[in-house]
Amino acid sequence: MKLSLIRTTGTIAVLAFLFAAHTQIHSQFGWGAPPPESAASIPSAQLLQPDELNRLLHASGANKPLVLQVGSHMLFAQAHIAGAEYAGSGSQPDGLNQLRTRVALLPRKTFIVLYCGCCPWSRCPNVGPAFKLLQDMGFTNVKVLYIANNLGSDWVDKGYPVERGQ
Amino acid sequence: MNAANKVLTVIQGVPHPRRVFVFAARVGYLLAALLLAACIAAGAQTATLVGKKAPEFTRTDFNGAKIHLSNFRGKVVLLDFWATWCASCQVEMPSFVQWQREYGPRGLQVIGISMDDDPASARKLSVKLKLNYPVVMGDENLGELYGGVLGLPLTYLIDGNGIVRSKFQGETDLKTIEKQLKALLDKH
Repeated sequence: MKLSLIRTTGTIAVLAFLFAAHTQIHSQFGWGAPPPESAASIPSAQLLQPDELNRLLHASGANKPLVLQVGSHMLFAQAHIAGAEYAGSGSQPDGLNQLRTRVALLPRKTFIVLYCGCCPWSRCPNVGPAFKLLQDMGFTNVKVLYIANNLGSDWVDKGYPVERGQ
Repeated sequence: MNAANKVLTVIQGVPHPRRVFVFAARVGYLLAALLLAACIAAGAQTATLVGKKAPEFTRTDFNGAKIHLSNFRGKVVLLDFWATWCASCQVEMPSFVQWQREYGPRGLQVIGISMDDDPASARKLSVKLKLNYPVVMGDENLGELYGGVLGLPLTYLIDGNGIVRSKFQGETDLKTIEKQLKALLDKH
């Protein structure tokens, strides 16, 4: 009886230790759920690879997405994906208002692709909040362009279509 | 012949000449692909500013001083394109402050170029980070002069003759930058 009690207590203690260690490791190394403003919070099913977007832009037919850049305007002015519109910086309240205004009257099934490309994906402060806003507004067909490093190396240098200017 | 026997035959047996030929052909293709990639990479490198004269610019810094890049001829210049929304940039900047303090007397001059849309936020962060080097506002024209600043951080090292010696795009090990910086200062 006594031995059984010791075993049970020991097992519980070991499990509690493992749980605490697991929680601590996740909080220390950021392996837990990413914050909603992080690009990493965007479900992988909603991501679009650059070559896929390039194919979509070249495809004939009506299913071309509305491409919105939600990062720095200065970067947009230097180069942006051909046909894309500037929609405000997703990390700024003013920028999110600009995005909200741009899409307000669109049908909620509109195919929208968001992108930024300012920084390495995990560091991008813009696409996460912009994606969340469109989700909260009820848009059901939103994809986010996965730019691993930056627009220069992941789009422009690959020879995909680019425009300059405002 | 079952799978285990097949494996044994491959391991123990003398390689079949046809198999050797296929293997050699595959290695050949791989080497050719690697060579082609190296050539493309070399071509891309020559297309950058590295080895060329750093584009001249004149801007007013946050303290109201006129900054002409050519005025720093004779010094090693670390040109840092950054922005307040760039988390990686803010990891680097305290090191640039330290290097300006440590290597400034040996001829280093750090110059920051903010690619923010809003100068006020850049100015605020410069004060907060206690930047001890001049910071100017960039724009799309300056970005294009430097080959298109289409992602941050972006750092250039320019030697005392005004020639661009290195370009660091994206998150870079600071020790790598410092090593090249010290090499330039040693030649200085």
